[in-house]
Parts: sequence; structure tokens; C-alpha cells
Amino acid sequence: MTEQAPTTDGAVTAPPYRLHAHKPEVSASRARAFGSWYYAEHVLRSMNSYRWTLLASSVGTPVMYLFAMGIGLATLVDRNSAGAFGEVSYLAFIAPALLASATIMTAATEFTYPVMDGFKWRRVYYGPHASPLNTDQIVQGHIIAVTVRLTVTTIIYFLIVAAFGASPSAAGPVAIPVAVLSGLAFGLPLMAYSARIEEDKGQFALVMRFIVTPLFLFSGTFFPLDTLPVFLRWIGWISPLWHGTELGRALTYGYELPLWLAVVHVLYLVVLAVVGLKLARAVYARRLGR
Amino acid sequence: MPTLAAGPPVISARQLSKHYGDFKAVDGISFDVPAGESFGLLGPNGAGKSTTMRMIGGVSQRTSGDLTIMGLDPEQHGPEVRAHLGVVPQQDNLDEELRVRDNLLVYGRYFGLPMSYLRPKADELLEFAQLTEKASAKVDALSGGMKRRLTIARSLINEPKILLLDEPTTGLDPQARHILWDRLFRLKESGVTLILTTHYMDEAEQLCDRLVVVDKGRIMAEGSPAQLIREHSTREVLELRFGSERNTTVAAELQGIGDRLEPLPDRVLIYAQDGEAALEQVISRGLRPITSLVRRSSLEDVFLRLTGRSLVD
Repeated sequence: MTEQAPTTDGAVTAPPYRLHAHKPEVSASRARAFGSWYYAEHVLRSMNSYRWTLLASSVGTPVMYLFAMGIGLATLVDRNSAGAFGEVSYLAFIAPALLASATIMTAATEFTYPVMDGFKWRRVYYGPHASPLNTDQIVQGHIIAVTVRLTVTTIIYFLIVAAFGASPSAAGPVAIPVAVLSGLAFGLPLMAYSARIEEDKGQFALVMRFIVTPLFLFSGTFFPLDTLPVFLRWIGWISPLWHGTELGRALTYGYELPLWLAVVHVLYLVVLAVVGLKLARAVYARRLGR
Repeated sequence: MPTLAAGPPVISARQLSKHYGDFKAVDGISFDVPAGESFGLLGPNGAGKSTTMRMIGGVSQRTSGDLTIMGLDPEQHGPEVRAHLGVVPQQDNLDEELRVRDNLLVYGRYFGLPMSYLRPKADELLEFAQLTEKASAKVDALSGGMKRRLTIARSLINEPKILLLDEPTTGLDPQARHILWDRLFRLKESGVTLILTTHYMDEAEQLCDRLVVVDKGRIMAEGSPAQLIREHSTREVLELRFGSERNTTVAAELQGIGDRLEPLPDRVLIYAQDGEAALEQVISRGLRPITSLVRRSSLEDVFLRLTGRSLVD
């Protein structure tokens, strides 16, 4: 377009007060009540602009992993160590672990670079920050949107797992919310950490390489945790992935898990997520309110 | 120009201060802004203008002093205060993943405004910002001036009666600035209270009914642009250049011409009621400047007088 007045008759366009917004008091009370949802709506609309990429990776990742590990590697494992994983095939053994780890990795992506984007690169957080929303609502809105994304991704993953016949138990679908909870248990503390970073010096790459990858490999993902030497098992114990995977196994194929231990797993994940949320809220308030 | 309307001020600051550790970004400033006024904070970078704006905008906590917006303290009634405002920040923070029109829609949602209001409103604001043809473009594809206009359109989505503009035209080319000024002037005519910061004197002169000159977190002077120039400067200024080596040495020989002399590294300024007459006096003393220019006093001169420094270094 040319930088000219658009009116053909040259008349002065009336300033933009033909339609009327509700009063500021109404805006404020609605924002107080629903602010987190308003910001979640924004983030989801942004995600929607690259939905095909998201969808392709949501389908591509499980198919790739299930073929490589669940079919390829499993053929070898099952032939050489029949019964090593109880009654089930290797595919059924690793499927819940792959499910939870995919959710955690997605959470790791959503709670690192987009957080930096919000504070620094494109400063997306500062728009809502100037509106009636408060900083807690920006944090929560971001989390709600990511939770929606994690849920969709995990449902797709689970359907593919089920199509491979790797979730024989009727309780299998409950592994979906468990995986999402694991994602938040890992993602929310990471969100608080990301919000503290002023300068990107490759911290996120380090997080991926030295935290996400070891957790993926040493959380009882591909072999039971107790086959690891004792001095390495702690990685699994602190890892949200291990706790999520243990629960997932109980749900998808009836892996034996005492009730008290199941409760411990759930509690651990919930505590991590809640602590992460509280830390993130404090860091956001401090940084945005400077 | 005297202060406009009577009635209670929409913004009132008393001894407002903001310290970061030992650094006093804002150091006890007081002012009132009546409804409908266009009020400017003029000062160099780092003067505390943006910090003041952020406190008025209800996003930054003050260290001490009092501040009310529409009679409300932003620290106790953050959402209520912010619901009254439209904010154009110094740096654009549009969502570049969304299209132009969607940026307005999502922003309106923060105010709980329904889509039935937002859809036609967004179109109306795009027209006002001369961006109708770009409605479904990616924000990335916009020029700097267009992004700025979109940010202004976005700030109007809730029909604010108070608009905060932090350096609205910094970094824009002259043509884009004039388009923006025109839009802001129309808002002012429609009764919106404008609060703006700038380090451009021409912008302050164009848009502000009244302004405060801010330096190092303090108010140095207050008044309308014309008033400030009258009080702190002469009618005209004679600018002389003798070459960078000689400006300061020549200054001694210029003593007594005009009301006041200001030797700068690159030129000498002579403040006088009649610049041409001052120039004749210079010539009659046998001095031959490389260039000479007579101009009217501006806010730049006011600032130089008050602080001993230039506005834009």
C-alpha cells in the first residue's frame, strides 16, 4: 500500500469511536476472572499458525520411534531374551516410556525458546503485561496453552501406540494425562529457569544435551532401571520421566506397581509441577515488573 | 498555551521516585495531567521518561511518592488502571506469528471484549491506521512505520481515554513520522488524553499542549512549548561554524554580541532577539564564519540552556 490517506473523498475519517467497548471496570473484572484463559487463547492462536508443522511432528515422531525401537530393536531383543520384560513384548515395554518422553521433550521445547521469545526476542509478554492481565495470568495462560498442545500431541501418540498393539490394557488411555503431568513436572521448573535467562548463551542447547538426553536414556526407558548400576539409578529416581513411565507401564500393560508406590510417583510429579509453577510466577513477576 | 481543562486530573504524580539500587532513575517528580490534554515528557535517553511511563502504565512499582490514574493507585488497582489505558511501548511487541488483524483481536480479548465487538472494531482501527489492505498480512511483512501504526491501532482496541506513547516515532523516517503525527493529532482532537515521551523537540512542539523537560530523573522546567522557549531562550539563534579547531577560541572574540553565547564543539550559538543583526555585528568585528544560520529558538535550545547538554547525543 502507499502511505497515503485511504479516504477517496479526502474527508477526515472519524476517530475510532463508532462502536463502543464496555467500560474499563468491566474489562478489569473480566480480566481478573478469566485472564489466564485470555492469554491461553492468544498462545493457542499463535500455535495454530504453524499447526501443520506441529501435527506432522506429532505423528512423525511416534511412527519413527515405534518402528525403529518397537519393531526393529524389539525383534532382536525379544528373540534373545524372551520373558525378560515379564509377559510382554519389548514393544509394549518401551511404548509407555516413549509416550512420556515425547511429551516431556515437547514440554522442554515449549518452555524454553518461547519463554525467551516472550521476554527478549519478540517481547510477546510485554503486550499482555500492559493490558489488564497480571503476571500470574501470563504464566498460567502460557501453561494452559502448552498443556492443550501436550494433550493433543500425547493423544495422537497414544493412538499410534494403540494401533501398534502396544497398549493391551483397558486402563491404557489413562497414560495420556499421566504423560501430560510428567511433561509439566519437567516443563514448569524449566519454565522458571528459562525466565531467569537474560542472555542466550546456548543454555537451552545445554539443557537438551545434558539434562533431557540423559533423562531420556537413563530413566528406565529402554531397560528396567534396576539393571543399571546403583550409582546411576538416582538419575531415574529424580527424573519425572521415570516416575511417569512406571505409572504408564502399570496403565498400558498391567506392570505390577504397589498402590503406595503409584501414589508416590503421582505425588512426586505433582510436587515438581507445583513448585515449578510457583517459581515461574515469582520470576515472571520480578522480571516483567522491573 | 495555558493548561487546558479544569476538572480533576486524570493523572496525578507527587514526588514520584523509582530507584534501582543506588541509581535514581526517577527522582521525585510531580505533575498533573487534566483530561484531554496532550502532555509530553521531553528529555535525553536515560532521563527517566520510560520508567515514569511504566509506572503510569501500572507495570512497574514505584520506590516512593504517590501516583493516581483516574483516581486509582496502579499498585492497588493494577487491572482497573490498565483497563483505562492504551499503551504504545517504546519497542513494538506485536505477535509476529499472527496476522495483522489477529493481533488486534487477541489484544482485545485481554479486556474481555467479545468477538462481536472486536471484529468490526478491528476493521475500523485498521482503516484508521491505514492498514486495511494489510489486514491479513504477516506482521513481518510490515515496514517500521506500519508496525508502529499497528501498535497504535492495537492500543485503541479498548477505546481508552488515556493513551501512553513511549517515543512513538523513534527510528522512523520523516514521512512515516508525519503520518503518525497526523493520526495522533486526530486522537487528540477526539478528546483522548495523550501522554508521550520523546527526545525529538519537533515532535514535542507538534503534539504537546504542555510538557516537562526531564533530566536525570528530575523535572527541569514545565510549560507549553512556546512558553518554555520564551522563558528559557531568545527569539532567534545564530549558529556559526568556524571549523572544529577554532569554535572555542573564536568564542572569546564574540563576547557581547546577542544575549548569550554557547560554544559547542562543532559550532557556536549566539542567542539574540534579532539573529541577522547579530550576524552583522560578527562580520563587523572582522570574523568570517565558514557557515552561518539564523533560526528560531527551539526546545533543543531550552534543553541546552537548562542542562548544558544536547538532547540527542
